[in-house]
Amino acid sequence: MAEVQLRLRDDEPVEDPAVTVDSFAAQTNANAVRIEPGDDARDLLPVLDRLKLVEVNFPAFTDGRGLSAARILREAGYAGELRAVGDVLVDQIAAMRRCGFDSFAPDVALDPEDARAALERWPQVYQAAADARAPIWKLRHG
Amino acid sequence: MYRYDPYDTAMVAARVAEFRDQTRRRLEGHLSEEQFRPLRLMNGLYLQLHAYMLRVAVPYGTLNSTQLRKLADIAERYDRGYGHFTTRQNIQYNWIRLEEAPDILAELASVEMHAIQTSGNCIRNISADQYAGAAGDELVDPRPYAELLRQWSSFHPEFTALPRKFKIAVIAAETDRAAMRLHDIGIRIVRNPAGELGCAVYVGGGMGRTPMIAPLIREFVPLDQIVTYCEACLRVYNRHGRRDNKFKARIKILVHELGAAEYTAQVEAEFAHLLTLGIEPPRAELERIKAHFPEPALDAGGEDGDPDRGDPDFALWLDTNTAPHKVKGHAIATISLKPVGGIPGDASAEQMRVIAELARRYSQDELRVTHAQNIVLPHVRKADLAAIWQALDAAGLGTANLDGIGDIIACPGLDYCSLANARSIPVAQRISEALSPRSAEIGELKLKISGCINACGHHHAGHIGILGVDRKGVENYQLLLGGSEGADCSLGQITGPGFDEDGIVAAVEKATALYLSRREAGERFLDTYRRIGMAPFKEALYG
Repeated sequence: MAEVQLRLRDDEPVEDPAVTVDSFAAQTNANAVRIEPGDDARDLLPVLDRLKLVEVNFPAFTDGRGLSAARILREAGYAGELRAVGDVLVDQIAAMRRCGFDSFAPDVALDPEDARAALERWPQVYQAAADARAPIWKLRHG
Repeated sequence: MYRYDPYDTAMVAARVAEFRDQTRRRLEGHLSEEQFRPLRLMNGLYLQLHAYMLRVAVPYGTLNSTQLRKLADIAERYDRGYGHFTTRQNIQYNWIRLEEAPDILAELASVEMHAIQTSGNCIRNISADQYAGAAGDELVDPRPYAELLRQWSSFHPEFTALPRKFKIAVIAAETDRAAMRLHDIGIRIVRNPAGELGCAVYVGGGMGRTPMIAPLIREFVPLDQIVTYCEACLRVYNRHGRRDNKFKARIKILVHELGAAEYTAQVEAEFAHLLTLGIEPPRAELERIKAHFPEPALDAGGEDGDPDRGDPDFALWLDTNTAPHKVKGHAIATISLKPVGGIPGDASAEQMRVIAELARRYSQDELRVTHAQNIVLPHVRKADLAAIWQALDAAGLGTANLDGIGDIIACPGLDYCSLANARSIPVAQRISEALSPRSAEIGELKLKISGCINACGHHHAGHIGILGVDRKGVENYQLLLGGSEGADCSLGQITGPGFDEDGIVAAVEKATALYLSRREAGERFLDTYRRIGMAPFKEALYG
C-alpha cells in the first residue's frame, strides 16, 4: 500500500486496515473503510460515528467520482481522516482538498515543492465546497 | 458587460501561473503527455494534426473592442494572422506553440479573458442568446445568469473530472437562438404565474453520435436556487454517468437510460439536500452582476426610418443581416464570417480590428460571437447602418447571407482536427461557391457540416446536415435533412447512402432544386421538407 505522503491534520493517524464499504456494516469492530469508484458513499452514513479513516481510491486520476464521495461524507458531518489513495497527482490535490480530503497517499510520490505550491495556488475560491474557505461571493457581500 | 473585480483578476492570474508551472513541468519531462493532457485541455489547449490549438473562452459570446483587438494581436503574434470563431461562441487559434501558450494566457488576462475550461471533461464555456440585451422578445437579459453560473463553474472542485464534457446554455426568449435544448443543461428564464422570474431547466440534450433533444426536468427553479439546482444536476451525473465507454459518457445517455423521471427524482433528492448547505450566492451577488449589464444607452427619440436603399447590395445586406432591436431607431447587425468560398468562422487580424473599431464607434463598444460562427453588432443606430456596411464591405465582411445557404457552419475537419474522418472546410467552400448565386431565391436554409461523428459542426441540427465519415479509407459524406436547433428543435434524418466530395455538392444542389420546385408560398426549405417528407427528396437524390 502506498504511504501517506501528506497529512493535513493533527490527530494520531489510524493505521487499521480499511475494509470494503459492503463489509463495513457487518464488521462492527472496524473503523476504517475504503471507497471504490462505484461505491455509494451514502451507504456509510448510518455508521459514520464509528469511522475514523475513510480511504477513497482513485484507480485513474480521470475518474472524479471520489470527489463527490468525499463531499457527501463531509456534508454528512464526517470529521475523521479522509484519505485520497491511488493515482493521485499533484495537479488534483487542490481540488481534492476542497472536497474534504485531508490526507494523500499517492501511488507515485509527489514532488514536495510542487505539492506545497499546488495547495497554496488559489488566492480565493468561487464556490462553496467541503472546506472552510469562504467563496468570493461571500467576501463580496459579507 | 461584465468587468472583473480584484477577485476575478486574482483568480485568472492564479490560473496563468498554474498553467505556466504545468507547462514547465511538461517541457522538463516531469509530466507525461498522458498526465499533461487533461491539464492542458482544461486550459483549452489541444494537440491537433499539425500544431497545438488554443481555444479562448468568450463567455456567453460577449466581447468589447479592446478584447477583440487583443485577439487580433494574438493572431498576428502567435498564430498565422487568423482566428477561428467556433460554435461555442469562442475563438480558437490553430497554430500555437506549447512554449508560448502561457504567454498568450497572460496576454488574455490583461483584457479580462482566459481559456479556462474551454475543453476537457468539465463544465465548458456557458453560451447564451447572441441577441441578449438587444432583442425585443426576451424577458430579461440572460447574461447575468450565465455569468453567475460561469463563476460557480470555474474551478469547481467536485466537477473537475466528469465522465465527459458538459455544456450549459442560458436563454430568456421564446425564440431559441442558442440551440438551448441541444445542451447538457439548457436554461430558459421564465416567469411563473405569480410573476416571479425563475428557470425552466432542460437536461440531457446533445449532438455527437447519439443526438438527443433535452427533456424539461423542472418547469421552475427560483432564481436564488439555480446554482444549487445545477450543482444537484451535476452531482448526479458525476456519480452515475457512464465511465465505461467514452461514447456513452455524456449526460444525455444517463438521462436516457435512467429515464427523465428517474433522473429528475434523483436530482430533486440531491437538490433538497444541497439546499440545506447554503451554497447559493445571495441575491445581492446576482444584483451586483446585473449592474454590469445595464440597458444600452440608446436614444429612442430619433427617426425610425429605414436607411436609403439605393444601393442594391446594401439593401440586400439590410434585409438579410439585420434584425429588429428593442429600441426604436436601432437594429441588430450580424457580420457574416462566411464569404462566398471562404472558411466558415475565420477572420484575419485585420478584419478583427475593423470589426472592433465598428463596435467601438457604432455599437456601444459591444460585440457578440454567435454559435453560427458570425459576429453581431448588437446596438446599432439605423442611421449608421450604411456607414457600417461600407466599412465591412471594404474589408471583405459585407456578405449578405445570414441564415442562407452560404452561412454554413463547419467544424475544422480533417484539415486540422485529429479526431476528424473527413474534411469539412473544402466541402463548405464548394457548396458556398455552387449555391451562393441562388442564395436570395433559396432563402433561409441552415446547412451544417461535421467532419466526424462528434458533430462539432452541428450537422444533426441543420436543415441540411452533412456528416463526413471514413469509408474504407475514403472520405464519404452522409446527407441529413430536416434538423433544426430552434424552438421547433428537431434532428435531421439520413437520406440514404453517402456521397463522395463531388457527389455531396451535387446532392445538395438536387435537394435545393427539389425544394424550389415544390415549395408553397412563404415556405422555407425546412417547412417544405416537413410538409412533403423524405420520400420525394430520396427520389430526387437516388431515383
